[in-house]
Amino acid sequence: MSVLLEVNGLDVRFETPEGEVHAVRGLNFSLQPGETLAIVGESGSGKSQAMLAILGLLAENGAATGQARFKGEDLMAMTPQELNRHRGRDIAMIFQDPMTSLNPYLSIERQMIEVAMHHQGLGRREARTHAIEMLRAVRIPDPETRIRQYPHEFSGGMRQRIMIAIGLLCEPDVLIADEPTTALDVTVQSQLAALVDEVVARSNMAAILITHDLGVVAGMSDRVLVMYAGEVVEYGTVEQIYAQPLHPYTRGLIDSVPRLDREDHEALHAIPGNPPNMLALPPGCSFRERCAHAFEACAEAPELSEPGEGRLKRCHLEKAP
Amino acid sequence: MTLDQGLVRQLTRRLLGVVPTLLLLITVVFFLVRVAPGGPFDTEKALPPEIQANLEAKYHLDEPLLQQYFRYLGQILVLDFGPSFQYKDWTVNELIAQGFPVSLTIGGVAMLLGFVFGVGIGVGAALRQNSAADFTTMGFAMLGVSIPNFVVAPVLILLFAVYAGWLPAGGWDWSWRSAVLPVVTLALPVIAYIARLMRGSMIEVLHSNFIRTARAKGLPERQVILRHALKPALLPVISYMGPATAALITGSVVVERIFSIPGLGSYFVQGALNRDYTLVMGVVLFYGVLIIALNVVVDLLYSILNPKIAYEEL
Ligand SMILES: Nc1ncnc2c1ncn2[C@@H]1O[C@H](COP(=O)(O)OP(=O)(O)OP(=O)(O)O)[C@@H](O)[C@H]1O
Ligand code: SF4
Ligand SMILES: [Mg+2]
Repeated sequence: MSVLLEVNGLDVRFETPEGEVHAVRGLNFSLQPGETLAIVGESGSGKSQAMLAILGLLAENGAATGQARFKGEDLMAMTPQELNRHRGRDIAMIFQDPMTSLNPYLSIERQMIEVAMHHQGLGRREARTHAIEMLRAVRIPDPETRIRQYPHEFSGGMRQRIMIAIGLLCEPDVLIADEPTTALDVTVQSQLAALVDEVVARSNMAAILITHDLGVVAGMSDRVLVMYAGEVVEYGTVEQIYAQPLHPYTRGLIDSVPRLDREDHEALHAIPGNPPNMLALPPGCSFRERCAHAFEACAEAPELSEPGEGRLKRCHLEKAP
Repeated sequence: MTLDQGLVRQLTRRLLGVVPTLLLLITVVFFLVRVAPGGPFDTEKALPPEIQANLEAKYHLDEPLLQQYFRYLGQILVLDFGPSFQYKDWTVNELIAQGFPVSLTIGGVAMLLGFVFGVGIGVGAALRQNSAADFTTMGFAMLGVSIPNFVVAPVLILLFAVYAGWLPAGGWDWSWRSAVLPVVTLALPVIAYIARLMRGSMIEVLHSNFIRTARAKGLPERQVILRHALKPALLPVISYMGPATAALITGSVVVERIFSIPGLGSYFVQGALNRDYTLVMGVVLFYGVLIIALNVVVDLLYSILNPKIAYEEL
């Protein structure tokens, strides 16, 4: 099958008063129609900025280079007007901050129907009916009434459901779902993840799920891309990654997944240490300071290698950790 | 409960809350004008004592201060500001009715221009942030805010009345030609101020997450600005406009003097110079009531624009 979205050599840089932040470094990945890709990594690893860069939504101090071919057309070479033909219609993104991503001054109805009216040419009445359907699909109770309300009248979890409903309005080819990690409690988070999984499976669209938690993606995705300090450190199918992680960081992420079959399901095995300072990346492997397997060769930054069919890793180790 | 009922209730509550403020204002003004040295009937030549006494008796100035104060409060209750001391045969109510429409017209038009141009220029500059056009307009806006009326007015008179001869240098005959220069003088700093305010708040709003959401929906930039950004960006401008409108429509003392316009501002100056107690108090109270009323209007507009406030008030 042909590739739906292909990202090549994506770099994202931010100019800050303290210096340049190189937030995404040479990201490559591809997405097949109907496929679900999970992008996993700790906070600050560049997951969100990579997605925003593809959609031309970086903050003013950010700049991106590289290519992102959607059905063969490079999104990153497009003008904002050209991008607008795809944003919200072919590619929808659900942002990670439910508390601030909806416009507090407009009713939910206004924020939903504008999408259907603009991209699908629906009239106001039809657009409203369609919006109500979508709210029902994400299980907002009493959508006919609640569609008239404003964001502050909804809880964080409900707002995120509304964001999902907005994303689904035009039945996009690609749904990018950035998991809210703050502002919501864990139960609500996992309900939302299950909901995204459900709508993606039902409509057979391709999806990119962004998360901190490898546990979340296990049952939901086909492939996993692990990011660390702006780079891909490992890539493979869910089965491969779980059965045999090839990068010490991935190993750490798997060990930090809370497991129900163990007494201590409180993520006791969180990876020690912190991600490197993006303003002053150390030379060599960027995971070196936290890696239990580091050896002399690690003073040299490892290249991405292909240890097997459809697998990638960025580590000097010969054997799996 | 419907929004309308909520608004009515909110309005009633606000109006009741205004009573103590007004009472305080009346009291302060009443005693302040009397503390100022000099009296209404002091002239170059001292009046014969019996005439002075007659006059004071006629206007109750011979009564103890407290008695005068309560007399005045009683008058205010029936919306009567009393007779002017200086303009014989005129009541203060009549003087205000005479001067206010003039000031209201000049100030109202100036405010309207200030709003329309200020918002337009501010939005334009925000959308071209840090471009040459942005720096130029904001440079002019800075000038507009800092150059006082008494400098702008004579310059305009020189250019358009004296040299070009297109417009009258002063006077007021309810024609548009007599209104242009005073209106422009008043409007320029308002345009400049609103433009700066609007630019800042628009830039801030454009950085919000919900604007990024609007862009992610693939909406045209026009819609992103007009539908999603304009309303929140207008809020600071609206709060500025309450008191600013009150100040403008009650007549700028400086501008009305320079252009010899018989507005409320002129009466106020005359009243103050002549110790015309009732006139000064009347104009100040009128101004106070307008400020309060316009602030209530601003609050109402706010709650209409901001669903969160409307919701909390209900
Ligand atoms: N406007 C900006 N200016 C400077 N640096 C930025 C800016 N936006 C993001 N960054 C930096 O880019 C890096 C990657 O951020 P990103 O938002 O992609 O992280 P993330 O992987 O999505 O993390 P999280 O899981 O917490 O959402 C971080 O170090 C962040 O501080
Ligand atoms: S390259 Fe070395 S330091 Fe980096 S992850 Fe592999 S073993 Fe650890
Ligand atoms: Mg993120």
